[in-house]
Amino acid sequence: MELKDIINPNNLVYEKAKLLTENTMHYCPGCTHGVVHRLLAEVIEELDIQDKTIGVAPVGCSVFAYKYIEIDWQEAAHGRAPAVATGIVRTNPDKVVFAYQGDGDLASIGTAEILHACNRGENFVVIFINNGIYGMTGGQMAPTTLIGQVTSTTPNGRDAGRNGYPLKITELIAQLPGTSYVTRQSAHTPAAIRKCRKAISKAFQAAIAKKGTSFVEVVSTCNMNWKMTPVKANEWMEANMFPFYPIGDMKDSSKSEPESYSPIKN
Amino acid sequence: MGELRLMKGNEVIAEAAIRCGCDGYFGYPITPQSEVMETLMEREPWNETGMVVLQAESEIGAIHMIYGAAGSGKKVITSSSSPGISLMAEGISYIAGSELPCLIVNVQRGGPGLGTIQPSQADYFQATKGGGHGDYRLIVLAPSSVQEMNDFVELGLRLAFKYRNPAMILTDGMIGQMMEKVVLADYIPRLTDEEINEKYGSWVTNGRKPYRERNVITSLEMDSDIMENNNLRFQQKYAQMEEEDLLFEEIQCEDAEYLLVAFGSSARVCLKAVDLAREKGIKVGLLRPITLFPFPKKPLAALAKKVKGMLVVEMNAGQMIEDVQLAVGCAGCKVPVMHFGRMGGIIHSPVEVLAALEQKLIGE
Amino acid sequence: MTEEIIIAGFGGQGVLSMGKILAYSGVMADQEVSWFPSYGPEMRGGTANVTVILSENRISSPVLNEYDTAIILNQQSMDKFEPMVKPGGVLIYDPNGIIHPPKRTDINIYKIEGTLIAAELGNVKTFNMVVLGAYLKAKPVVKMESVEKGLQKSLPSRHHHLIPMNLEAVQKGYEGLELVQAV
Repeated sequence: MELKDIINPNNLVYEKAKLLTENTMHYCPGCTHGVVHRLLAEVIEELDIQDKTIGVAPVGCSVFAYKYIEIDWQEAAHGRAPAVATGIVRTNPDKVVFAYQGDGDLASIGTAEILHACNRGENFVVIFINNGIYGMTGGQMAPTTLIGQVTSTTPNGRDAGRNGYPLKITELIAQLPGTSYVTRQSAHTPAAIRKCRKAISKAFQAAIAKKGTSFVEVVSTCNMNWKMTPVKANEWMEANMFPFYPIGDMKDSSKSEPESYSPIKN
Repeated sequence: MGELRLMKGNEVIAEAAIRCGCDGYFGYPITPQSEVMETLMEREPWNETGMVVLQAESEIGAIHMIYGAAGSGKKVITSSSSPGISLMAEGISYIAGSELPCLIVNVQRGGPGLGTIQPSQADYFQATKGGGHGDYRLIVLAPSSVQEMNDFVELGLRLAFKYRNPAMILTDGMIGQMMEKVVLADYIPRLTDEEINEKYGSWVTNGRKPYRERNVITSLEMDSDIMENNNLRFQQKYAQMEEEDLLFEEIQCEDAEYLLVAFGSSARVCLKAVDLAREKGIKVGLLRPITLFPFPKKPLAALAKKVKGMLVVEMNAGQMIEDVQLAVGCAGCKVPVMHFGRMGGIIHSPVEVLAALEQKLIGE
Repeated sequence: MTEEIIIAGFGGQGVLSMGKILAYSGVMADQEVSWFPSYGPEMRGGTANVTVILSENRISSPVLNEYDTAIILNQQSMDKFEPMVKPGGVLIYDPNGIIHPPKRTDINIYKIEGTLIAAELGNVKTFNMVVLGAYLKAKPVVKMESVEKGLQKSLPSRHHHLIPMNLEAVQKGYEGLELVQAV
């Protein structure tokens, strides 16, 4: 058997998603971003919305997200992706808009923007990558860093007295009547990836149906800054992150409508 | 001729935005400009033209909403007052760096800090030298009447799209709160998506079409050589603005022995001071820069050769005077350039201006 | 001809809206106008004032050192603006609430019992229209029909049924102006 007999369309079991560009990703080996990018590319292709989708990239490791998926993108300032997405979707209500953010971007510097966009029920999708650390700047404490977790700015572990507590922002967001679908997923095993893909697809479908804000958190690893091998990082995530950030849907308005607020009489 | 109304400067901003085919306004309340958003909410333009009006969670939110909408080729406007503009500075730098068009209205109040809510021109440096980080400039228009508040909304947006650069109307609480007669412009329809694709398809992010490459709006560049080239391109735009879109007004300058230089509200006060001076037999003229960036260097240099002295009148501690001195100095003129300013929200009176002129330039 | 007026009193006396109706009347008479108020927290119950300028020419400064006419409706405003009336100019005041009447001898002084007349009319809110009427007697800068048109323009249509009552107040003020001192 020769090589050309093996590399043959009939034997194809896996290929690059069509909407991923040819650019080589800059992510570290073992990073979750690449997996989630692929899922996004697949979902956008599957829903056939490439010509009306606008992505908003954050500041953080995924600052170059716009290099990897074959759609229109805007690069936002640190934490402001939800405001940028609001501006796009309010003036282009028939487009499909998503903001892609990390934990420092979304849950620290951009807390006001994400809470208020979700509270207004802005019609876009939020993909929230939570790896409990600042990746791009070299492993500093994030708002989601666990108590006791070692980072470059908490060398002896995060201390609640000094640093406060890890922020469960997704639980907060699930309380807001503007959100329709709020879920927490991971992407570290084939089964988890399949579920995560379904969640992302569902979030995009909610946006197409103009149901308000859909929010998908993906609990992720940062093996480089956690100073672990990718395999070890996945184990550490399961052992330490999942108990504090449990996987599953928090809100699904396709099952129950958001709480109704009756206006005061003028 | 358009419709004649008696309106406040702030209200006119709102009305002009609707009429010139704006797609959106994003803002946050702050005195003395809250009437802009209030007027828009009262007018409900979404029922009339489809224009979106949104009260953001903060000025930071508002300016980044502007970024998003502008990046999709929409004609958008925001307004605020001094402390709010400081909050927006980050976003304005990104908008300039990403080469997006938009209009920002600064109805200045006295500073620094929370300052006062009374009129001021203390944000001249901030407006004309960039305001945020990096080498960028805004197109800065300084209206001195309610009519110009109306006219500069359309003009500002037109220039913003011409250069793909943010434009600012730099005004203050005096013009914003004042009512004058204004002839409103006729309605210009909002652009359709097809028109946006046709005009701005090379850069707008409104969904990648099969017939074009994907577009990316960003100010980020890892390669310094490319970033330097971007900066050089920006500088070329700024030079082109000076060549093609400089605006200024010369009042009674033909026989002037002394020149007042003032913009916006101060120019209104100076207009009266010119009359008072001429009643006393002092030949005074007024040069009013209308665009503060680009700045009318050449007209000033030409006048510097004719007059005995210049008095720069501002509601600040001396900001535009630096540009005047530069223009005069570069032309090799030694004519004295003095400053008269009130601060903290106090408007100088015409009599004060005349007294300053006599004391600082004529007295000796 | 240019007429530069300051109207000053307490917030709530209708100082700003009186200035607005006067400005609108000027617009109806095809004049150039400017209306520049004091603004901000001081409006809420403190003193309020507005500078109105009516002119045949382009209006220069809306901020002035001296006025052709001062309409003064409380003591603080009397203290501040009496010295700023041009020699030979006009000062009109409502004696209600004025402890120290004007002392200038080089200006024309009138008074109008605006508070009393408005009370007699049965609607204290017409106070500012009474004062406007008195001003127009002293300084006929705009015709009565321009005032009527100005009211129509400046009031939202849901308040147009109040125009006859306001015009009656303007008329009563016109009739009620009293000369104190002429120069």
